[in-house]
Amino acid sequence: MARKKNRMSQEVNAGSMADIAFLLLIFFLVTTTIASDKGILNVLPPKLDPNNPPPEIDKNERNIFTILINANDQLLVEGEYAEADGLDEKIKLFVLNFGQPNEEAQGLYNSLPASLKAMSRRDPESSDHPGEAVVSIKTNRGTSYDRYLEVFDLAKKAYFEIYAERVNLRTEEYRALTGKDEAEQSLIDRGKEGIPMAISIAEPDKIGS
Amino acid sequence: MAKFSKKTKTSENIPTSALPDIIFMLLFFFMVTTVLREQEILVEQKIPQATQLQKLQKKTLISYIYIGKPKNTGLYGSEPRVQANDALLTPADIVQWVNQERDMLPEADRNMITISMKIDRDVKMGPISDVQTELREADARRVLYASVGKVQKD
Repeated sequence: MARKKNRMSQEVNAGSMADIAFLLLIFFLVTTTIASDKGILNVLPPKLDPNNPPPEIDKNERNIFTILINANDQLLVEGEYAEADGLDEKIKLFVLNFGQPNEEAQGLYNSLPASLKAMSRRDPESSDHPGEAVVSIKTNRGTSYDRYLEVFDLAKKAYFEIYAERVNLRTEEYRALTGKDEAEQSLIDRGKEGIPMAISIAEPDKIGS
Repeated sequence: MAKFSKKTKTSENIPTSALPDIIFMLLFFFMVTTVLREQEILVEQKIPQATQLQKLQKKTLISYIYIGKPKNTGLYGSEPRVQANDALLTPADIVQWVNQERDMLPEADRNMITISMKIDRDVKMGPISDVQTELREADARRVLYASVGKVQKD
């Protein structure tokens, strides 16, 4: 019985499917903004309590790597006019200087891979050991954000390179670690151990802005 | 001359039967990655480049703040302004805004709130530091400087 029915064609006409899909595609192409939640993480210092001023910190000048950026976006690194290129190398040399390591820092030094040991210059004028070293970035109110981010980026880069080197990863691989499981967390911790990422952002000054 | 015409004629049609599949694949990609913009951005946004980018794991913890020159300079002036949610804020409103955002999070995560600062590259550090002072005041100290990747030169 059913056979007798005269079917013209059994296929659905799919020729216009591409057109419909194209239309939808163009709609989504136009409305899409690919979410980018990437960026440089920074933790701000806690707020100042007027009744409880922060303790005076006596840090030796040699333990602070000062970077000043003025309103014309020029850099003053450790008292000398400098360009941004090579700043990450300078920071690495500063952090890994081991000028006067205490016992703990000596142990840390011994645990470092040879490539990082080679960066230690034991310069008495530079940082005592990584635990003491602080990179300080001070801007002016007129400094452009672009420049500030570039310098901050380089400081982060220096630390990430040290961490990655310690756990034998490439820098990108180390940075991609999120600590979502124990293995990743332990890698992060091993990289950071004893070398805190001490990047201090000083309050910008108002002069010349 | 005749040489050319001697070529054996293969079918000149490109098979287009797989075209819908390809288009659908693209379509699904865009459908999945798309985020329909729920708010209009009132300030200019040219995000600066950086190399040391990190991704945050929990996106629910992120609140966005936009800083830049207003697009409508006639209405809002040409000085950099701060936008959060749908409106322009003055720095004094930021503490309140942060508290609102924080109240929307589950209790356990409240101290982990992260502010993603999307800052136009032409903004100067002055207004940014004012915003950061307010964020410190509101105790929202985790800050993400949103930036896009730069091609690294080795």
